Amino acid sequence: MTTDSTYGQVLTLPRRRPSTPPEPGVLATHAPLTDVFPGAFASASASGFVLSLLPRGKGPVLWVQDFLSRRENGVPYTPSLAAFGLEQPVLLVTASHARDVLWTMEEGASCAGLSAVIGEVHGGPEVLDFTATKRLSLRAEASGVPLYLIRSGDPGGLSAARMRWRIASLPAQAHPDDPQAPGAARWDLELFRARGHAPGRWVASHDPDKRQSPRAADRLRLVPYADDGAVASGDRPIPQRSGG
Amino acid sequence: MLTMERWRRVIAQYRSAPGDEVPVVLSRDGSHGPVVHGLSAAAQTRGIEAGARVVDVQAIHPDLHVEPADLEGDEALIQRLVHWARRWCPWTARDVDHGLLLDVTGCTHLFGGEAAMLRDIRSRFALQGLTARTAMAPTPGAAQALARFGSGAQICGAEDLAAALAPLPVAALRLDAQTTRLLDRLGLKTIGALSDLPRAALMRRFASLKPDRNPLILLDKALGQAPDPLNAPPDHRHFMTRSRLPEPVIDPAPHLPALVEDLCTLLARAELGARRLRLTIYRIDGDWRTLGVATARASRDPAHLRRLFDGKLENIDSGFGFDLLTLEATDSEPLPLIQDHLDGKRDPSADVAGLLDRLAAKLGSDKVSWPAWRETHKPERVEHRVDALQGTPAAAPTLLRERPLRLLTPPEEVRVIYAVPEGPPSQFNWRRVTYKTTRHAGPERIAPEWWRDRPGTRLRDYYKVEVEGGQRFWLYREGVIHDGRGAEPRWFLHGLFA
Repeated sequence: MTTDSTYGQVLTLPRRRPSTPPEPGVLATHAPLTDVFPGAFASASASGFVLSLLPRGKGPVLWVQDFLSRRENGVPYTPSLAAFGLEQPVLLVTASHARDVLWTMEEGASCAGLSAVIGEVHGGPEVLDFTATKRLSLRAEASGVPLYLIRSGDPGGLSAARMRWRIASLPAQAHPDDPQAPGAARWDLELFRARGHAPGRWVASHDPDKRQSPRAADRLRLVPYADDGAVASGDRPIPQRSGG
Repeated sequence: MLTMERWRRVIAQYRSAPGDEVPVVLSRDGSHGPVVHGLSAAAQTRGIEAGARVVDVQAIHPDLHVEPADLEGDEALIQRLVHWARRWCPWTARDVDHGLLLDVTGCTHLFGGEAAMLRDIRSRFALQGLTARTAMAPTPGAAQALARFGSGAQICGAEDLAAALAPLPVAALRLDAQTTRLLDRLGLKTIGALSDLPRAALMRRFASLKPDRNPLILLDKALGQAPDPLNAPPDHRHFMTRSRLPEPVIDPAPHLPALVEDLCTLLARAELGARRLRLTIYRIDGDWRTLGVATARASRDPAHLRRLFDGKLENIDSGFGFDLLTLEATDSEPLPLIQDHLDGKRDPSADVAGLLDRLAAKLGSDKVSWPAWRETHKPERVEHRVDALQGTPAAAPTLLRERPLRLLTPPEEVRVIYAVPEGPPSQFNWRRVTYKTTRHAGPERIAPEWWRDRPGTRLRDYYKVEVEGGQRFWLYREGVIHDGRGAEPRWFLHGLFA
């Protein structure tokens, strides 16, 4: 907002910045390590989000869970993973401790035959510290296999992940046939830390149609989160697009 | 015979076998229900025959004791016996109906003559709890006929071959039931009667039969007029490397690389790859400890095989030290030399196989699995896991109804408030949090599978429910009120939607 210094008259109102524009480049680059923090009982949303991000490929997806996340959030139900657009076979590994999950992810990250590695750790254990994530990140960078770490029940400490997301459930879209029933899922998606990208917050949903188009890297539809404009238009500078 | 004896020995380890006076039959699946496969002596004296339907026999003998037969176990035992029988001669092969054929040409003098050798064979089988009927003859066909239909210890030379075979029934030629019945109708009941007939007439009659069913060809083979070679399977090759130490040591790790290297050289010479490895340390107190690893595909890469032992050697109990350690490939498969990619690329599937080996070696092979699917209505039964080292990934089934992304195993019970007993929940309490439902889809009714479930299993009505916070859950009510299968229906939370 600029005001006339003499009369105190408002000359121009600040143009309301769209809260955070959806950047197609954010998701197209598969970061070596991605952290996903699901909100309360949104672990299924987190798996849906990760499935929407997974790159195409022929190699299997390694999915590893520790005992706590299996008990708290259940096991991935593989018949519906395929219905969610996952074409690769899923190699399921059940570990008892988070230490084994990290070791398995590290082994998976150094295996170029896999198309992705998904790890689940519940409760933010001590072994999952900055050093562990840095190791994972370096391994993944060397081999080019993207890693996704779903950290449920975790306050979120330091991490070397290139992208860190927070995800919560939102009421679903309307069902096309039945007004009583929930339709396609929607998530409140917040990118709170990323290298080379501005943080942002979106309303996301899985877009099965994008699977057909060969150029789309992900299968997500993003809409800017409609937050309160008066609060949002603070003094934050409009983010610079860096070279990535 | 073998089936029954093996069954008695196997169940003796778990429970007491029925007495000798009880007629016991072992059943296998026939085309119209179970049929008799093996008989005890008591059942044989009552006139029960193999191949009869179990329900018919049970109607005649109500005190019959029926048990399922273990066909795979019997076959595995016979296969092992084929190789075990090479203690008497180098060429042994499997015959039909639990028979073994041994080509003992030039070996009998090692056991003190033919009669002594047959005695030795019978007594060694008896030590294992198996009854053997033996016979020795110049041709395999004659030997098996004399063993099955002769006195049980007959030795027959080349000159009295025809005379020894003549009184045996024609079934001794290993004919099928149809041909046996036909010869029976023609009045040809013994091999002697068959060989006395003019050949030309028989040839015309049986010209259309295949060689393995043609009585004339089988007769020629038994009499030694047609060749009947023995097709002996090759011996399992056993690869082992050992290292003897001058002084007892505690840690096997420094000795492992050399052992693996030697074993891989041996395997490479034979163009084989190891599927299973076993490391054994022989401790100075006379005890030993073993350590096994397995691979998803055959490998003879020393670096890879050595890595599979990482983290396991620390847990091996060396006691006061060991002075001998061996590494053997207990299971190996052909592995030809493969040209790598000239551009330096690696085979991605080989990478994944190596990863499977490392994961299974560290975490346990039951922890690493591919999903597989069954044809069933119960959601938790649709998916089952196959061991990643053995199985391969299967193509996913097509889902006809929407299913949650995550499943709670087992389903968790929730307390529910509903408007109508048959309707959806309006509020429920799960893990000490109360959720108010806003929208729901369903019910989807999944009936119990009567062919698999216990009687009294209740049906399930599934609802997809969205709560005020936006989470979507998969709930079901087990049963309906007044279905006569228990009290008030209970509610369970089974899955989480994306």
